[in-house]
Amino acid sequence: MSLFKYSSPATFYPLAGKLWPWFAGLAGVLTLAGSYLAFFVAPTDFQQGDVYRILYIHVPLAVMGMFIYLIMAGYGVMALTLNTRLSSMMMEALAPTGALFTALALWTGSLWGRPTWGTYWVWDARITSTLLLLFLYVGYIALTQAIDDKKRADKAGALLVIVSSINVPIIYFSVKWWNTLHQGSSVSLAGNSIASPAMRWALLAMTFACWMYSIAMALVRVRAIIVERERGAAWLMKGGGE
Amino acid sequence: MNSVAAGVISQPVQSPERGLWLAVMRDLRLGLRSRAELLQALVFLVIVVSLFPLAVGPEDALLKRIAPGVVWVAALLAVLLTLPRLFAADHADGTLEQLALSPYPLALIAAGKMIAHWLMSGLPVALVSPLLGLQFGLDTHELWVLGTSLMLGTPVLSMIGAIGAALTLGVRGGSILMALLVLPLYVPVLIFGAGAVEQAMASIDYSANFSLLGAILLLGSISAPFAIAAALRISLD
Repeated sequence: MSLFKYSSPATFYPLAGKLWPWFAGLAGVLTLAGSYLAFFVAPTDFQQGDVYRILYIHVPLAVMGMFIYLIMAGYGVMALTLNTRLSSMMMEALAPTGALFTALALWTGSLWGRPTWGTYWVWDARITSTLLLLFLYVGYIALTQAIDDKKRADKAGALLVIVSSINVPIIYFSVKWWNTLHQGSSVSLAGNSIASPAMRWALLAMTFACWMYSIAMALVRVRAIIVERERGAAWLMKGGGE
Repeated sequence: MNSVAAGVISQPVQSPERGLWLAVMRDLRLGLRSRAELLQALVFLVIVVSLFPLAVGPEDALLKRIAPGVVWVAALLAVLLTLPRLFAADHADGTLEQLALSPYPLALIAAGKMIAHWLMSGLPVALVSPLLGLQFGLDTHELWVLGTSLMLGTPVLSMIGAIGAALTLGVRGGSILMALLVLPLYVPVLIFGAGAVEQAMASIDYSANFSLLGAILLLGSISAPFAIAAALRISLD
């Protein structure tokens, strides 16, 4: 079996169809387990009270938001160097989930910030760079949607994500130094030490739940993208190899 | 295709420096033939900066406080407005395809276009900025820092902008889309540039910001031409 066997939409389509329910199921189980740990097992924070529990969804969303962008950049490199169409389709399939996670991370963050910091929004280094990451996602989606020629849209999107991902660390550090140069961060996340093992397990379970969810969603979406782009192809007419 | 472009394309291949020189001179010559267009960005800069005192009130202390940010953001927007010009005309009349076919590497021609673009947009903006800072009550030293930070930062704006302009070439709603792509990537330059002036105002050592701007400038100089060339090839495909 060649390494590239599944780089063809025709072979990947049935594989994705078989795999996505497993990832979705895993995401469901992990979400239930993580929520149970987060709500019933993990102790109440002695400073923040129960409000801190929103972090069990906030942190995984923020982490995965960043991670998905890196994965997209990886697919972007493959799309431009190996010229595999599926890589671009995977980028397109991942982008909405990444943007959604980043937006929800900002949202849950401000819901947590209101009772804890007393404000919905602070120009904190981490928040600002997450906001910029959301702009990068929006830029990618806007660019690929605006170009009608799919081949060009794929390549332009791949190049954009690669160029932007080189900028991501520069943006992160510039924002970090900008903030610390102005004033010390009023409250930092590093202040919350995750001491209890239940807290750690809850966070881990929720992170993996978000991870599995994004894989399942990407697979479902990439199947839709394959059908949309390959419509009329003989293998699809014959039932898509399923 | 116009006669100036023909100069770049038809001459026998010489050294890369010669190719770069031809590309820069060609764009400069074309740009200087429409001087009114060149002035537009500068007038835009002056108008935008002048709007701020009207909006926030004429208090000296407040204006001085916001001056670095206002001048930098206005400079950034002024450069942004000039970006569609970079490739649009050459794309419309097919010159760009001819340039891509020329014996010189496309990255070299892209670098030439970038340099010419900076000479006609970033450089004038940087040169005018001390005058604007003066209106906001900055002293001589702060004006010098403002001008220098723009001198170091605006070339990077041209580089990143050129990538965005190349990617959005001939795309529906291209210019606003380009702003969407390019502005988040401008953030580090904005932070370090405006930060240098703010630190000079607070009598803190600002040399670190200049070093970082210089580092970004060097990194961009060696990598941006290739990214622009790749983006142009994608758009011409």
